[in-house]
Amino acid sequence: MLGRLSLSAIPLDVPILVGTFIGVLIVGVAVLGLITYYGKWGYLWKEWFTSVDHKRLAVMYIVLALVALARGFADAIMMRTQLALAYAGNPGYLPPHHYDQIFSAHGTIMIFFLAMAFMTGLFNFIVPLQIGARDVAYPFLNNLSFWMTAVAFMLVNISLFIGEFSQCGWLAYPPLSEMQFSPGVGVDYYIWAIQISGVGTLLTGVNFFVTIVKMRAPGMTWLKMPVFTWTAFCSSILIMATFPVLTVAVALLGLDRYFGMHFFTNDGGGNQMLYLNLIWAWGHPEVYILVLPAFGVFSEVVPAFSGKPLFGYKTMVYATCSIMVLSFLVWVHHFFTMGAGPDVNAFFGIATMIISIPTGVKLFNWLFTMYKGRIQYHACMYWAVGFMVVFTIGGMTGVMMAIPGSDFVLHNSLFLIAHFHNVIIGGVYFGYVCGMNFWAPKVLGFKMNEAWGIRAFWFWLVGFFFAFMPLYVLGFEGMTRRINHYDNPAWHPWMLIAEVGAVLILFGVVCQLMQIFVSIRDCNKPENRDFTGDPWNGRTLEWSTSSPPPVYNYAIVPHVSSLDAFTHDKENGIDTRQAGAQYEAIHMPKNTASGISAGAFALIFGFAAVWYIWWLAAIGLVGVIATVIARSANKDIDYYIPAEEVARIENEHTRKLMAQAAE
Amino acid sequence: MKNKLLARTARLGGLSSALLLAGCELDVLDPKGPVGEGIKTLITTSVVAMLIVVVPTIILTLWFAWQYRQSNTSAEYLPKWSHSNKIEVVIWGVPSLIILFLAVITYQTCHSLDPYKPLEAESNAKPLHVQVVAQDWKWLFIYPEQGIATVNQLAMPVNTPVDFDITSDSVMNSFFIPRLGSMIYAMAGMQTQLHLLASEPGDYMGESANYSGRGFSDMRFHALAMSNDEFNAWVEKVRASSEQLDSQTYPKLAAPSEANPVEYFAHVEPGMFNTIVAKYNNGMVMDKSTGKMIQVQQSAMSDMNMKE
Repeated sequence: MLGRLSLSAIPLDVPILVGTFIGVLIVGVAVLGLITYYGKWGYLWKEWFTSVDHKRLAVMYIVLALVALARGFADAIMMRTQLALAYAGNPGYLPPHHYDQIFSAHGTIMIFFLAMAFMTGLFNFIVPLQIGARDVAYPFLNNLSFWMTAVAFMLVNISLFIGEFSQCGWLAYPPLSEMQFSPGVGVDYYIWAIQISGVGTLLTGVNFFVTIVKMRAPGMTWLKMPVFTWTAFCSSILIMATFPVLTVAVALLGLDRYFGMHFFTNDGGGNQMLYLNLIWAWGHPEVYILVLPAFGVFSEVVPAFSGKPLFGYKTMVYATCSIMVLSFLVWVHHFFTMGAGPDVNAFFGIATMIISIPTGVKLFNWLFTMYKGRIQYHACMYWAVGFMVVFTIGGMTGVMMAIPGSDFVLHNSLFLIAHFHNVIIGGVYFGYVCGMNFWAPKVLGFKMNEAWGIRAFWFWLVGFFFAFMPLYVLGFEGMTRRINHYDNPAWHPWMLIAEVGAVLILFGVVCQLMQIFVSIRDCNKPENRDFTGDPWNGRTLEWSTSSPPPVYNYAIVPHVSSLDAFTHDKENGIDTRQAGAQYEAIHMPKNTASGISAGAFALIFGFAAVWYIWWLAAIGLVGVIATVIARSANKDIDYYIPAEEVARIENEHTRKLMAQAAE
Repeated sequence: MKNKLLARTARLGGLSSALLLAGCELDVLDPKGPVGEGIKTLITTSVVAMLIVVVPTIILTLWFAWQYRQSNTSAEYLPKWSHSNKIEVVIWGVPSLIILFLAVITYQTCHSLDPYKPLEAESNAKPLHVQVVAQDWKWLFIYPEQGIATVNQLAMPVNTPVDFDITSDSVMNSFFIPRLGSMIYAMAGMQTQLHLLASEPGDYMGESANYSGRGFSDMRFHALAMSNDEFNAWVEKVRASSEQLDSQTYPKLAAPSEANPVEYFAHVEPGMFNTIVAKYNNGMVMDKSTGKMIQVQQSAMSDMNMKE
């Protein structure tokens, strides 16, 4: 009846987990209780959970990303603490069984549920606004994507308290992840979390690709498109091209595990290197999927705060596109040490380092955007400048590892760990946080707190150096990743410094949470409110509408005649909004419960498949399919906002603008 | 106020790490053999080449960020300026030249440092042949010419090329002795090759550089480099052991164990390594000298108590 699931699957013998569970339970009950007490369930359901508005989904994605950050960071600091303690005979406080799950969960959560969710949140935040569209191309799919991602993250967290998570690292290399070596449910939780969130990500890629191709405002030709939209576009293409590869690789692993097949097993003609090739054919483009939008954020933020257009816009676009293409040609650099021939290694090594040319050009473009500018230091500009310094170092160590000869001693060492945290924290994370600070007033209608934002930046920056520079050294000392204790006295001091770094980053995370709390608390203070819709003297279309934008974004779809369309209009005295024009009724998509329903059934399916509860899995699968069919058959999916209502909203905003101008 | 303090702490931290760095030994940058030496030269050359761009970039970033701050009204402000062909040429050109240089040395070193390429010893010493098997969670070293085997201890004479054949009887691992140079994966059913040479006597740490499960952290071995005479004495010491490694005793050794102590086997059944490779390959193994697949004796196979 319950498959492999029994009471013994609940790890009551592990005090850390029991404590965590009680904590989660208390917080969870408190949150649910408060929602019930204030009678907010209807509001949440109507305005958020079933919303197809890209701005609402953006906020939900970013909330999800921040929850994932909390979980992923808790894992990180537990690992650092373990390695600061587990030295010279001291086993530390985490047994291998637990430690191995933590590093696997850390990587999985940080990439799939922090970085990907944050990135999708930013796409949703800005892309439709930036191209003058009223929503994305497929609003329902957007909602479905969110719920698929959210339930996959829930599945990962369920594994904390029911059963276990994978102990095979964030990419679950076989044969270790095969039934023979990992018979538990951990790898199955991993497989289903990846597959379910993969559906969401793939749909997001399709959605934004179509949105950008088809829904740009009239006049916005390709080379008048803002750089963030360009990066979202390239990132979406990469998603469409590579996520199916991930899905197939993990599905084949699933076939091995569930049906005893032999794609990647040691015996029966399986080949583990096939999996490595497949997973990295996705995995390397994946890092560009993540980092290109971060580059896009900096390409918007640096010009806005330097009071100048972006230096070398076309160069930036060409660089972005060439990175996109090159990212397909480098995957073998993740396993130079498999024993391929020197020519194969040389090809992939050189292809990898060629990517550093357009990437370097981008850095110089931001640099020369600041040159002869008037730089205003808001919190986002701190993240941008910090990024430029940190990312340069990460780029250099990346090229070091791209040289196969050097990689033969650096591969899988803590040098590698330092390198990719250098680019993922310094590039991706700094970029996303920068973007969140930059666009928050647009989406929420109020600015985020500056003081806490800057504090968070300094703790993250200094913490980053303390946490990861020692790891470069440890890599040179021959310390490999994923060990949970050691006895080399030379390593210990560096691990202690890294622990200090982790604590500093903890302060950074706390400051970020404080920033969010204080920003919401003070959101009605006049100095924080954004009445104009254009708090930073922005350059692109999204700043031309009100903050927060009305549900339809633009009452009159703007006409674009140049790059930096809004700046052009402001300089030439053109009213981008065309206030007072003849408004027409606006066609909008209706909210739908189909996304949350499909998500809930997918969660049931995933959980049941992990535990071999086949009748329940069947219910889940049928539920997903039935939801999709019901949704497809539903004709009542749209409505019109009457012209009078549009006029009322727009006139009110115009009044506010005039009042602001009169002050 | 607080920010200044943090910045100062950061500077202090940087300084103290530099001091610590000077006092500690970096294994892969202080190699004890020609492979490691070659890699060390490669790493330092490439880093110096990249610093030509990296250092100016970081300095320019900080300088521009400071110079063009809003409060510095004496700095020139060009609110429309966004293009310069001259700058474009430099920012594409200089990195391209550096990458061109790196590409050339990458191609060269891919060949010169190819782990599959046999090493030449100065003294014309005959290479030592060692077969390496990664097991759960220990390393088995077979010396086919000496007819002996050891676990978690690898001995080799100095200035003698060592030819390693590497496989796994379990999951993927990576065979790595940081002081000597390159690592290479150990994979079941496959044979990889590695050529190393120790030019100084010593006891070097060896490890697995690819996570392989529960006992991974203790999957370490000692790589002992010693004089020829000492090596011969070591071989005799192993031969004096009472243990034998054959198809009967092998399964017991191959069973998972953590933090396995050093073990010596006075005698090892000939063809053991091929048998281990072949059991994942329908009894076939590739002959290194001819590149052809050959059948391993069936009887040896069935005795090995095949794991899946």
